[in-house]
Amino acid sequence: MHFTRRQFVRGGVTAFTFGFAAPQFLTELALAQSGGGRNLVVVYLNGGNDALSTLVPYGDADYYARRPTIGVPASAVLQVGTDREGNVLGLHPSLTGLKSIFNDGRLAIIQRSGYENSSRSHFQGFDIYGTANPTNSQGTGWLGRYLDTLPSPVDPLVGWNTTRETPRSLVARTVGVPAITNPATYSFASPNVGAEAGYERATAVRISSHLPADRPHLSFVNSTAQAALGTLDRVATVATYRPSITYPNNGFGQALQAVAGAMNRQIGTKVFWVSTGGFDTHANQNPVNGAYSTLMATVNGGLINFYNDLRNQGLLDSTMVLIFSEFGRRITENGSNGTDHGAAGVMMALGGLVRGGLYGTAAKLRADPQNPGLENASGDVRYETDFRAVYARVLDDWLGANSVSILGADFRPGAPRIL
Amino acid sequence: MLDHVLRRMSFGASAADLGTYARLPLVGVVGYLLNFDRAPDDVDTKINNAAYIGVTTRGVFAPNTVINDARQRWLFRMVHSQRPMQEKLALFWHNHFATAYTKVAGTFGQEHATKMMDGKAAEVAGQRRGQIQLFRDLGLGRFDDLLIEAAKDPAMLVWLDGRLNVRARPQENFGRELMELFTTGVGHYTEDDVYAAARVFTGWNLRLSGDRTTALTSYYEYVYNAAQHDPAAKTFTFGVMPDGGRTIPARTAADGEQDGIDLIRALARRPETADRLARRFFAFFVSEFSAPSDELVASMREAYLNNDTNIKAMLVRLFTSTEFLDGSAEFARYSWPVEYVVRAIKETGWNGLSVDAAMNPLVNMGQQLYEPPDVNGWALGPEWFSTASMLSRMNFAATLMANQRFNLQQAAAPARTSPEALLEFHLKRFTAAPFSADTSGAFLDYLRQGGAWTGSDTQLANKAAGLGRLIVGSSEYQFN
Repeated sequence: MHFTRRQFVRGGVTAFTFGFAAPQFLTELALAQSGGGRNLVVVYLNGGNDALSTLVPYGDADYYARRPTIGVPASAVLQVGTDREGNVLGLHPSLTGLKSIFNDGRLAIIQRSGYENSSRSHFQGFDIYGTANPTNSQGTGWLGRYLDTLPSPVDPLVGWNTTRETPRSLVARTVGVPAITNPATYSFASPNVGAEAGYERATAVRISSHLPADRPHLSFVNSTAQAALGTLDRVATVATYRPSITYPNNGFGQALQAVAGAMNRQIGTKVFWVSTGGFDTHANQNPVNGAYSTLMATVNGGLINFYNDLRNQGLLDSTMVLIFSEFGRRITENGSNGTDHGAAGVMMALGGLVRGGLYGTAAKLRADPQNPGLENASGDVRYETDFRAVYARVLDDWLGANSVSILGADFRPGAPRIL
Repeated sequence: MLDHVLRRMSFGASAADLGTYARLPLVGVVGYLLNFDRAPDDVDTKINNAAYIGVTTRGVFAPNTVINDARQRWLFRMVHSQRPMQEKLALFWHNHFATAYTKVAGTFGQEHATKMMDGKAAEVAGQRRGQIQLFRDLGLGRFDDLLIEAAKDPAMLVWLDGRLNVRARPQENFGRELMELFTTGVGHYTEDDVYAAARVFTGWNLRLSGDRTTALTSYYEYVYNAAQHDPAAKTFTFGVMPDGGRTIPARTAADGEQDGIDLIRALARRPETADRLARRFFAFFVSEFSAPSDELVASMREAYLNNDTNIKAMLVRLFTSTEFLDGSAEFARYSWPVEYVVRAIKETGWNGLSVDAAMNPLVNMGQQLYEPPDVNGWALGPEWFSTASMLSRMNFAATLMANQRFNLQQAAAPARTSPEALLEFHLKRFTAAPFSADTSGAFLDYLRQGGAWTGSDTQLANKAAGLGRLIVGSSEYQFN
């Protein structure tokens, strides 16, 4: 069966056609579509991560001159060597697990990733990273367009968003990616018991299959309900997953546990979305003992346990994690021991087949109109690697897709060889 | 049309409300709801009265200092206030000036944070009005006044770090969002304007007052700290002075608070701000399925700009427009979770129910009060709907019907004669976008499942609850 629906998002600009598979075929579809069995886990650091505290240019005197209070001391960083221009660099002291993955050769750090005329707005920046289109960030997402290339009808569980809101990256034409924050509460309740409850669930399935072409908004909600009802039973199997290690008891750690569970239960998901927030550090950033240190500890605790769990299960080689934020932050600290919205950031990738190492070069932070590594009157770090080049590498060499058609342009020439 | 007006300017209506409003002409209902300052402001006195929905206390009910109690009080007001439009507008402004409790509580603790979010001034010694109360008080007045008070609001000064904005190195957070989100929107200012706006608000800080020995007896309030204000001139790319000049002149530090007043009043008067507000009001009160006509936007802009940025003047144009009243906008919005929950309660009944039953479901539906996800507010429209949030909506309908099982059975007793009669009863009670013949057929098939129709108490209890759950959990019901 194949239903057609149209969805109008954000002000009725874009018309969508959705295909949806009837629930009884979903399991077979899931198995067929999981194909190569490769997973992509996208980790979004919400709020604009301060790249200069994540990867510290601890040999640059201007870093400390411009950040007298919040600069991460050279003595504290976890040294990761030099980039190709000889800049010495170190990870934030809380990133001990990521440092060990780096030592394994499985963590790639892409310095100064971004794009021309970087938006300093959280929301526009997030949508630009989502659509991979700096000039019109209101359409489908880069991962959504990848999912659209899969053979129709697409199983909804081909993607799994662990947050409540569908991120721009996952907005697709042909499938509504389910948002499953907690597999244990993803269930169907009834005011009745026994056979009555069963009649009710069957009726809910029946009425949600109604997708009238002349009522696009109703069809959109019905197809969401239909996807929910059609995925309940498989998601329930994930809730019973017992990991090989103990994940941190915070939202990020628990989301990654669910992702590992979905991989373990082989429910067919190819793209996962995970997020952790609090990166809008305008104040009291205190990178060594304060707020920023806590943020890094959360990222580190989630990722190292996830990495170890997957390694124990033999899933590391089929998994790639891509980490990004919507922008980096200004170089000079503000008067509240924080940093304001800036430009280029740092992307990271890890996984069993990732070619680890430092990619790109650090900017010299000296305020000087002639300094090519800076922009905005030397206020911000200028990008060097287009984030879409990183996407291109992931699409072509990890997901086996065609990045040129998905991104709408050829970004392969500048793509760092992280795979 | 009456139920349409009540879904938009209120949170729907109980059967009893509907009878009261039906005595007025439609235009009278609109006027009554909009001129809410003439209606009694006594809703809080009904908390813990058995005729109204309950609250669940864990110890003493303390809505001024315990955030979950504040959430219950606000939901109670939405269900029972005689000024429902005041609560509806407060919800709109809560999304517009989206401020989250967690950051405030992380900074100053839960008592101060709850007071700052929605404290009621009259109830606690030395208490200042909380942010949502500010929206109740000024939400229909002049937008420039509302902006100025929002800029001085203690929760906002924590949320966007204004309390830390000092002259040595200004803090851009508030200055940027003031332009990007609260007034003109992105594309109408430059990065240099952001720098200048940050300097304008240097010294707009907080201080602790009252009896400072405990969090319960003290409170934070706005203070203009002249010593931390940058008194130098600030130049913008648009007019900021009453004469249209683009430069706020250098002022003595003592007079520097006027910088912020000048900038806010100028931003409030920009046509981009008027249009953006008009479109946001249209989407919230009229339709998310179509854009407002250029004529309506122009009319709203004109009313707003010609009346010193008066919001009520703008809304009168909206609520008397053809677009609002000609029927085309019925169910042309996706219900916010809070709207969905409150309407479901009003239409189902609340005898023996506590608003607490809605608290966790609202989190799972994606709208916890006082906790917008970021300063941009909630992602609205179709973005409310993910598989998990849709399940939460369906499951809230189940919780509500299980709780109201006996009441529903009693109410539906006259309709026990046949499945058709019960369906008709429910379709009158629950206001949803039209069901297709197929869907109505599915409802009837459901009522006939499990044995012949007898209309016994047991069968009626099961089927009235089950059908109520299917209707309130249906996609048609998710529209407002």
